[in-house]
Amino acid sequence: MNWVVENASFVADSALAHLQLSIPPIILSFVLSVPLGWVANRFRPVRGVLLTIAGLLYAIPSLPLLIVLPLVIGTGLRSPINVVIGLTLYGMALMVRSTADALAAVEPDVTQSATAVGFSPWGRFWRVEFPLAGPVLLAGMRVVVVSTVSLVTVGGVLGVNGLGLLFTDGLQRAIIPEIVAGIVLVVVMALVLDALLVLLGRALMPWSRATAIPSRRAARKALVTA
Amino acid sequence: MNFFAQALSFILTPANWGATAANPIGEKLVEHLWYTLLALVIAAVIAIPVGFAIGHTGRGRSAAVLVSGGARALPTLGVITLLAVLLGIGLRAPLIAFVILAIPSILAGAYAGLESVDRKTIDAARAMGMTEWQILTQVEVPLGLPLIIGGLRSATLQIVATATLANYVGAGGLGIFIFLGLGTNDIVTTLVGAILVIALAIALEIVYSIIQRLVVPAGVRAGQRPQNDRPGATRTRSVVGSPLQEGSK
Repeated sequence: MNWVVENASFVADSALAHLQLSIPPIILSFVLSVPLGWVANRFRPVRGVLLTIAGLLYAIPSLPLLIVLPLVIGTGLRSPINVVIGLTLYGMALMVRSTADALAAVEPDVTQSATAVGFSPWGRFWRVEFPLAGPVLLAGMRVVVVSTVSLVTVGGVLGVNGLGLLFTDGLQRAIIPEIVAGIVLVVVMALVLDALLVLLGRALMPWSRATAIPSRRAARKALVTA
Repeated sequence: MNFFAQALSFILTPANWGATAANPIGEKLVEHLWYTLLALVIAAVIAIPVGFAIGHTGRGRSAAVLVSGGARALPTLGVITLLAVLLGIGLRAPLIAFVILAIPSILAGAYAGLESVDRKTIDAARAMGMTEWQILTQVEVPLGLPLIIGGLRSATLQIVATATLANYVGAGGLGIFIFLGLGTNDIVTTLVGAILVIALAIALEIVYSIIQRLVVPAGVRAGQRPQNDRPGATRTRSVVGSPLQEGSK
């Protein structure tokens, strides 16, 4: 533990950098996945194509992706932008499928009723389908949050700031407390962000705890297949 | 784009695959696959019986949910470096790390696969006089196979991706190109490794998606209607739930 106390400012800086790299991909992947998931759910042929792309994208290992990406988009290998874009792609790979599943899980009777009482397609989506898909979307986002925070560490191999540096530095200098501190901080950060997301979900969807039981099956399916 | 062309031509040159090359691609590829298979088999031997026990009896479910959910937060790189410092360089440390990282996916697939079987089907099997062992091997496992294979599939992908880091702590595999390139600032060599690992991962993903389609029992496929994947309240509440949601309670 002495090492952590003596190097508290380095650890704190790394943790802050880690957080700054984790938040943008989490938000971006949600914002970008909702329209894509809607398209995938609305147009059957597109669904297969989009979900296959998402599946293959998720199959790409993170370290090679972070190496290939800067060459494609023209940034430097150690640029934080690569990490943000790479992890946004991973988040989307998970969330496009989750969004499509979540929207598909909304009862057709409900959407038909909404149309019957005069909702426009746009209004029906935002005020009926999107809120009802909420619990499954939340379950998908929880996976995105936790895996994003964990994956940011891979940037450490390339020299990008973040808690991953504690691993690479700890290995080189054989400082066990440094590595353990990194692991603990990553896990704690992931769990705290996850808990905040759950609280946000409860605040936004006060009804979900009472009625979410049928959609839980879809939520669990999203988690297991992720 | 020039780097990509150079990396591709390196990969497509037969001489770089043979024994005379400094780092024969063929040998590294086989090493990479060998690590993956070894870790997958060890993890499956541990996780599948446990997953089946949990899925069949319903006992110990919350613990399994907690393990499979929480393990996602564990940073792979951290686990590998920690074990490498503790156990020394070589294959032992990364192999243990791969097994640790593969267990949650396989476990989740195994118990979720068994749980996905309709209770009525199991009750019917029991009413027909099948023993618990027969119910497990002849009803639950065949019907749950797509999800069980799904668990093995995500575990395999995870190991293939992580096996890249084996070289980081002194073992072989395709990661050697990545770290050799990073160390000497030679982007083409790094790219060779990256392209090979990505191609391997995608190839395995395709193989698994074919297997997953083949293992659905014929009777189940015949009964499937287009809307069959819609969530239905076919299970009682005690068995339906999402791992992460329940794990945090």
